[in-house]
Amino acid sequence: MSELTFKIIFIVAVFGISLFVAMYTTYAERKLAAFLQDRLGPNRAGPFGILQPLADGVKLFFKEEFIPRVSDRLLFIAGPAIFMCTALMTSAVIPFAPDLEINGTTYAMQAADLNVGILYLFGVVSLGVYGILVGGWASNNKFSLLGAIRAASQNISYELAMGLSIVSLVMVSSSLSLRDIVDQQSGWAWNILYQPLGFLIFIVCAFAETNRAPFDLPECETELIGGYHTEFSSMKLGLYLFAEYIHVFISSAVLASLYFGGYQFPFVSDLDPGPVKTLLGGLVMFAKTGFFIFLFIWIRWTLPRFRYDQLMNLGWKVLIPLAVLNVLITALFILF
Amino acid sequence: MNNLPEIIRTIPLSHYVALSSALFLIGLLGVLIRKNIIIVFMCIEIMLNAVNLLMVAGASYRGDGTGQVMVLFTMAVAAAEVSVGLAIIVMIYKNLKTTNIDLFDQMKG
Amino acid sequence: MDKIFYVLAALTLITAFMVVISRHPIRSVLFLVATFFLISAQYILLNAQFLALVNIIVYAGAIMVLFLFVIMFLNLSRDLERFSSWMPIAAAGISIGGIGLLLLSAFRVAQTNVEYTGNPEAGLVEQIGEVLYRDFLFPMEVCSVLFLVAMIGIVLLNRKERELPSKIPLS
Repeated sequence: MSELTFKIIFIVAVFGISLFVAMYTTYAERKLAAFLQDRLGPNRAGPFGILQPLADGVKLFFKEEFIPRVSDRLLFIAGPAIFMCTALMTSAVIPFAPDLEINGTTYAMQAADLNVGILYLFGVVSLGVYGILVGGWASNNKFSLLGAIRAASQNISYELAMGLSIVSLVMVSSSLSLRDIVDQQSGWAWNILYQPLGFLIFIVCAFAETNRAPFDLPECETELIGGYHTEFSSMKLGLYLFAEYIHVFISSAVLASLYFGGYQFPFVSDLDPGPVKTLLGGLVMFAKTGFFIFLFIWIRWTLPRFRYDQLMNLGWKVLIPLAVLNVLITALFILF
Repeated sequence: MNNLPEIIRTIPLSHYVALSSALFLIGLLGVLIRKNIIIVFMCIEIMLNAVNLLMVAGASYRGDGTGQVMVLFTMAVAAAEVSVGLAIIVMIYKNLKTTNIDLFDQMKG
Repeated sequence: MDKIFYVLAALTLITAFMVVISRHPIRSVLFLVATFFLISAQYILLNAQFLALVNIIVYAGAIMVLFLFVIMFLNLSRDLERFSSWMPIAAAGISIGGIGLLLLSAFRVAQTNVEYTGNPEAGLVEQIGEVLYRDFLFPMEVCSVLFLVAMIGIVLLNRKERELPSKIPLS
């Protein structure tokens, strides 16, 4: 098949996989939360509650969709769409598996191998702020606006520390392309051994960027009613909530690629390129991503949430100096 | 990605000059017409971007990285200028309760 | 495939014009974000990949968010300008026309159809890094001082003034 056909099929497949994994992350979250809280999770819809996400989706579709007297109708409808778009756009540069070689032609298992892949990730993450801001503003509701502004300022504060920790990672691997970074981690040389502090900073910033875990002040129910998605109902709310889970999946995949070796595993990397290696590599990648999704869920149901000033304090006064220190230490190591 | 430079060869540089000038003139129109200080600020950003586009086009045509580094500096200075400008606008709003530039006449006479 | 430049150019001019004539400040901001996206697409067409993404990160991702914040805090929901007379628009049109004529005449005389002597490697990160750190090291360091000064200035501008204890004159 030609290159273009393969690319189109691959893009549709990645799109489908992102949605599917996000769907079952909601199920896993409820089951794990139940396990941590010593109760059973959903177990009515299908055996062991497997069909629960489907039931949730159908429920959201059938709810009444009303648009209150908003300041701007077009922006109200566009907000969740922008958020979902930016969430899905990040999956374009993630290397899911090693190259597939059939009959001499190589098919890359990555939708777009940019040689500035990490910058692209960074750019799309900084665009995610718009979905929240536009949705919160268009709701014509003071609580929504407050929630939106809190979410946006949290997002931009933690972007800085994330960028700085990525800088030290790029210094170690001398390439901005995600595929090169994953390829350099063959065997046992995973990046977490070279950048432990960077990994810690990045994972904390990933929690803050996805508005999850201890950093979900903008949208928790006890603080601001619903935060920026108070006035949204039916599928628009569904888009906001679902996009958040897609963010979780993508952040886990990025963490696995950057720091934990992506699709590399000590004995899988030595195989000859072919369908077997691609399959095993893909399974390894999804296993690592699944581990990080489990970590996201585990931390959410274990830690209490940060107050807003504690959150800003952590972002600006603790993480950014630590990230700069990390860059300095990495530079010294490389020099000597 | 490999055949992008071939596209540049078919588009003469004068077309980029024309696009950049048109964008600059649109930004200038916004600065002259609009009365809201924030929109005026945004039109200044359009003008800066028009100049950036021209510099990058020139740098790509000559294979010289200097133009692109110059654009990097322009972006940095524009970022600093926007932050300070917006802080000043917020202060003006606190004192005068308006953003209409026709009413910024405290220093007249 | 080379028609894509003309399509992008037309779209850029349209969105920039919509920024200028939009009545709703938030719509102006969103049109400006779209303009920046289109300009980044032009940069990619010119093989300046690093700059395209930096344009999105800095302009569309940070500066425009700042604009949105200010508009939301100042609560500018709808533009309150009233259309009073044609005079400002006519004057602006005449001056724009004059400057346009000036630019046109300048570029007729100038040598703008240069030979393409570029190399495809020029826009990549490695090249820009080399040029930046070899030839422009001092301006880069000065830029960092510029940011520091801007930050200090902004914090100073928005400080609440402490009221000095007033001296009550003894009569």
